[in-house]
Amino acid sequence: MLEIEIDGKKLTAPQGSTVMEAAHSIGTYIPHFCYHKKLSIAANCRMCLVEVEKAPKPLPACATPVTDGMKVHTHSSMAKTAQAGVMEFLLINHPLDCPICDQGGECQLQDIAVGYGKSESRYQEEKRSVPGKDMGPLVSAEEMSRCIHCTRCVRFTEEIGGFQEIGMANRGEFSEILPFLGKTVTSEISGNVIDLCPVGALTSKPFRYSTRSWELSRRKSVAPHDGLGANLIVQVKQNTVMRVLPLENEAINECWLSDRDRFSYEGLNSERRLKNPKIKFDGKWHDTDWETALNYVVKGLNGVSADHGKDAVGFLLGARSTTEELYLAQKLARAFGVTNIDYRLGRSDFSADALRQGGEWLGLPVAELSQLDALLVVGSTLRSEQPLIAARLRQAARKRLKLSVVHVADDELLMNVHGKLLAAPQNLAGALAQVLKALIEIKGGDTAIDLSSVEVSAEARAIAQSLADGEKGAVVIGALAQQLPNYASVYAVTQEIARVAGGRFGVLSDAANSVGAEAVGALPKDGGANAAEMFAKPRKAYFLLNTEPEFDAYDAAGAVAALKQAQTVIALTAFDSEGLADYADVLLPIAPFSETAGSFVNMEGRLQLFNGVVKPLGETRPAWKVLRVLGNLLQLDGFGFNSAEDVRAELLAVGSIESRLNNALSDVRADVSAKAATVRVGEVPMFAVDAICRNAASLQATEHAAAPVALLSADLYASLGEPTEVLLKQGGAEVRMGARVDAGLAAGCVRVAAASQDTLALGGRFDAIEIKRG
Amino acid sequence: MNKFIKTFFLVELLKGLSVTLRYFFAPKITVQFPEEKTPLSPRFRGLHAQRRYANGEERCIACKLCEAVCPAMAITIESEQRDDGTRRTSRYDIDLTKCIFCGFCEEACPVDAIVETHIFEYHGEKRGDLYYTKPMLLAIGDKYEAEIAKNKAADAKYR
Repeated sequence: MLEIEIDGKKLTAPQGSTVMEAAHSIGTYIPHFCYHKKLSIAANCRMCLVEVEKAPKPLPACATPVTDGMKVHTHSSMAKTAQAGVMEFLLINHPLDCPICDQGGECQLQDIAVGYGKSESRYQEEKRSVPGKDMGPLVSAEEMSRCIHCTRCVRFTEEIGGFQEIGMANRGEFSEILPFLGKTVTSEISGNVIDLCPVGALTSKPFRYSTRSWELSRRKSVAPHDGLGANLIVQVKQNTVMRVLPLENEAINECWLSDRDRFSYEGLNSERRLKNPKIKFDGKWHDTDWETALNYVVKGLNGVSADHGKDAVGFLLGARSTTEELYLAQKLARAFGVTNIDYRLGRSDFSADALRQGGEWLGLPVAELSQLDALLVVGSTLRSEQPLIAARLRQAARKRLKLSVVHVADDELLMNVHGKLLAAPQNLAGALAQVLKALIEIKGGDTAIDLSSVEVSAEARAIAQSLADGEKGAVVIGALAQQLPNYASVYAVTQEIARVAGGRFGVLSDAANSVGAEAVGALPKDGGANAAEMFAKPRKAYFLLNTEPEFDAYDAAGAVAALKQAQTVIALTAFDSEGLADYADVLLPIAPFSETAGSFVNMEGRLQLFNGVVKPLGETRPAWKVLRVLGNLLQLDGFGFNSAEDVRAELLAVGSIESRLNNALSDVRADVSAKAATVRVGEVPMFAVDAICRNAASLQATEHAAAPVALLSADLYASLGEPTEVLLKQGGAEVRMGARVDAGLAAGCVRVAAASQDTLALGGRFDAIEIKRG
Repeated sequence: MNKFIKTFFLVELLKGLSVTLRYFFAPKITVQFPEEKTPLSPRFRGLHAQRRYANGEERCIACKLCEAVCPAMAITIESEQRDDGTRRTSRYDIDLTKCIFCGFCEEACPVDAIVETHIFEYHGEKRGDLYYTKPMLLAIGDKYEAEIAKNKAADAKYR
């Protein structure tokens, strides 16, 4: 520790830290633009010049390391003159368009110009003008004359995003910030450059010109999409969500937000929001009131259970509902006598259910991912499933983390990857078995899995070596692997790898509240049917909570067929959709996360509470209220809740969330034999994970949400004679679509995105598929 | 004694009457409104107007500074990106029952779009009549543009 003095205050600072960090640690503010605590030091804005005794010139605080006995003056006349001079230069080319600038009111340049600049400019000459750039539908770079060349955006895309999508071209007065020529910005976390930009050069396109920062109230919330549960500041004006910003939380999202979390708010204000309860009557939809709709639901449920028994009713719960809603829904089902309850619509393999000892979770805190030495990620399209986990791992992989992947495709992770092992979905367990076998060879140990037929490849050995060497190791399973028809085998082998390596084991939970759903028991127990069985053996009545099975179910075509034949389909949903309009019989409008109090349990088992940030739209009601009233109307006991807190208190009364999470299996069984087949890889696109995203216009305008194309593995592409169009056949349905080669895809696979309007006719996401030249 | 004389000869009364008499013959300052009107300063703050540029383009750029500065919160603005990409108001309302005619909106406006005119003889028969919307304000601006421009020019040298 070094002793220094800033503005007369004595403090100690660690060796290697900068004057800026030391100043911030005692709450002394030094004006700055280019410095950002999460980015590398550029020292190119010069705004943080301070006087250091015995130094002949003012020094930039952000790039000056502290030395013992250093005396710094941030407000001396030398420092002040230097800061005012820098400010005057920065303003030379900055346009005076604050009145129409979206940054106005929250602009660092405005604030610092008032605080540290001169009152008027001596500059009389012409200002330079820079043409606007196209950075895609999310980030607006129309007014690049405002740029002060701090290069925060450049450093962000390179260091946090992993790929320098934005760069600074030319020199001196001609330097410009621009994306690659002819390209837009496509990073899954691109929206963060809006927050980083200290001026109004990069602003939010969906938010453009809509409101002023001073008109907005800030409310805390939690992101409802991926399993990370990023903390949000939702900004609200007149009962409308106007934009979403990150709430800093080092343990979860640091100070970042994925584009999905940031821009999905548009869906909350979309035209597709359901405003009234609706009943289908003679094939036509009619708006109705809550009383009629709820009585209709009660009549429907009672009718079906009287005629066909309780087993004819299925409860399908969306994993992006709040913990309270999931708890109440499963309580309602169980009290009514129905055991067919499941939240895992996207899965296909439930064979390990009987072996499970608790809910699946990450197995370690998210923040600990940054401290790992070795990590194996199994079957995860990491950047689209977990954009911020990917960003966190990217940082760790720069330091000591050796990250390996076992996956179905060689997706570009934009980070240092130590080992890579590719296998077709049905052979993923086999690939993992190679790692396990290599690990046993290196570390010793034993496993119940039959590894005799497994041949270890060099890649598998490298991965095993990194896991064996790492002091802190972990193995996690991604959302893609969770949907596989051989998930139980993948899970078992992965668990064995973690056990033999002596590391942590867990799953990267897919949805915002998957872990919550596990914890409250939104699962079939006592012989109930799971999601796949509910569709395979169609039920007479379905109760859908916050889910659109044609997008969420593993087998879209099968799910829709089952729902269509049902006598009654009750949907609690925030959005109207073509699918629901087709197969549902009653639609009850429920509040999305922004309009209800509740909680999400993120992948690390952290219960995050939030309140509604705006009032429910129209006749919309929070789902917990709807479920409570349904409980009362069905004359079930124990539905006298007065608030979401009451529900939460009841569900937590039997034990904490953490106590119900356990990744261990009571018995290890796995089939690791290799199978040859043409298999579909049907992952859910990044912006199609839930109804809120699917209704967010700007997200849907990005290239991530473009119409799907069949991506063929190199061998398939060659054997079909390099087709530009193919005919895909699955479960009796045919779909024709454009085709391209995906050289990184495991042999024998065709990548056809699920949860897309164009592929709804197809069957299972990772099932066999027939493919012909189209 | 002195007091007696003052009281007896009604001195105070005569003093008072002399004032009456003086003003009786003095020139009259009463204005016969509405036939006669007093002159108004170029800075007079009356009914609001929204101005346009000479090419017919509305001046207002929806910066919302007037809304922010208004002490009576009489102004309501909603903004949007117009089809040509410019920042414009989709709504600009002034509730004249709230307005205190302080002129801060005019001071705050960076483009001289919102101004207070010389018009003070306006009325509303219902409360709602005094809720002025953007088309109404623009119409006033269009009608009195010459006068507004003259007043602005007259005041310009003091700014």
